[in-house]
Amino acid sequence: MFRAHGHWRNRGLALVTLVFAFEAAFAAVLPEDRADVLYHSYDGGGVTIDGPSVLVRKQFAGKFSASANYYIDSVSSASIDVVTTASPYEEERTQYSLGLDYLRDRWMFNIGFASSKENDFDAQTVSLGISQDLFGDLTTISLGYSLGDDIVTRRGDEDFSDTIKRQHYRLGVSQILTQNLLLGFSYETITDEGFLNNPYRSVRYLDATSATGFNYEPEIYPRTRTSDAAALRMRYYLPYRAALHLEYRSYSDTWGIDADTVELGYTHPLDDGITIEAKVRSYSQGNAEFFSDLFPYEQFANFIARDKELSTFSSTTLRLGISYDILDGGWKFIERGTVNFVYDHILFDYENFRDLRQTTGLAPGAEPFYDFDADVIQIFISFWL
Amino acid sequence: MRLFRSLSALLLFAMAASACSIEPWVMPYERDHIADPIMSFDRDPVSSSYIHHVYEAREGARGATGSAGGGCGCN
Repeated sequence: MFRAHGHWRNRGLALVTLVFAFEAAFAAVLPEDRADVLYHSYDGGGVTIDGPSVLVRKQFAGKFSASANYYIDSVSSASIDVVTTASPYEEERTQYSLGLDYLRDRWMFNIGFASSKENDFDAQTVSLGISQDLFGDLTTISLGYSLGDDIVTRRGDEDFSDTIKRQHYRLGVSQILTQNLLLGFSYETITDEGFLNNPYRSVRYLDATSATGFNYEPEIYPRTRTSDAAALRMRYYLPYRAALHLEYRSYSDTWGIDADTVELGYTHPLDDGITIEAKVRSYSQGNAEFFSDLFPYEQFANFIARDKELSTFSSTTLRLGISYDILDGGWKFIERGTVNFVYDHILFDYENFRDLRQTTGLAPGAEPFYDFDADVIQIFISFWL
Repeated sequence: MRLFRSLSALLLFAMAASACSIEPWVMPYERDHIADPIMSFDRDPVSSSYIHHVYEAREGARGATGSAGGGCGCN
């Protein structure tokens, strides 16, 4: 019986992103000593994922800052893919990462390591980064490289094992333009090589001998993929104490996927230690060249896929976040803290991926298009040490 | 990839050539607004890395989600 993961493709990728994410944000200043304890929950499309994330960062010897993160995803899935072609399942993913920043004059050097394990996927990543402040510290330039090695296996099939090698090349520029305006530019090229499809997922093809008029066969992806993404960000300090955030990202890859992301956000501190945040995010993408919801016949092409993540679709996110300052005067070795609640509501709307839960009386290819909503909740406490 | 190499070469050149001789047009004492935590591109890394993971798992696009550095130099 096939199982089907909702997030196979990008598992190792997420790990690489994680290593980047905890690199120091300020080049010429070591990041603050800080500890965060977060509970996350995702509920949408028949999938629930929740778990903790703990992140600790501490300076030492005046020139170093070390960080460590421990993260768990507890997955319970009865997604559209699982319901139509497989069996619901539960699993757990455990991930940890370590990072070290070294500050020397206006240069910051970073190294990082991350590891993610689950019963059919094992990913490890190392990363290196360098950044420097220029022009009176108005400009920060950063370069980064990551190398990821993943091992893919398939539960119930001891003979199957394959690998993925991932390389990330990243550069970033941050620029103070005026007393109230901050600009950021990011560019990232990612190359993947190896077994990139989901070993549990299948594609659909027309089959007159089947009672439903269609049948399934395993999907086949190319073994290489290269993507380019460029993002421009802006933060503007408003005449009263509040910040406006605008972001645009353009994306394309060798599978034929083109995507655009636009974000508009607003952050507003109130007088009594409460900060509120609101955000709208809009994402849209075109499908991969080898994607089809319904292929004309079996083994139609060298590469075939029916992953909804490779289809043409859009997603819209509405966010509301609230942060509350605690321990304002400090307590023992803690300088201050915050309690935070962040809620994201995401709507996914697919344009050429069909909902096969509703096939009764419909010819293959005439089923309604799929859509779903997701609720994403984060509750976390942060302490500055 | 070629674009990445070109941009990297340009940035490395800028790094090497800079002697920080350009007079900053926003002086350090004028950066209190920029230094405000609400102006941070990545105020809560534990939260932003999680939400990036949520999107990467469900969308085809990937990369360039980082904060690109702060560049404040005012702490």
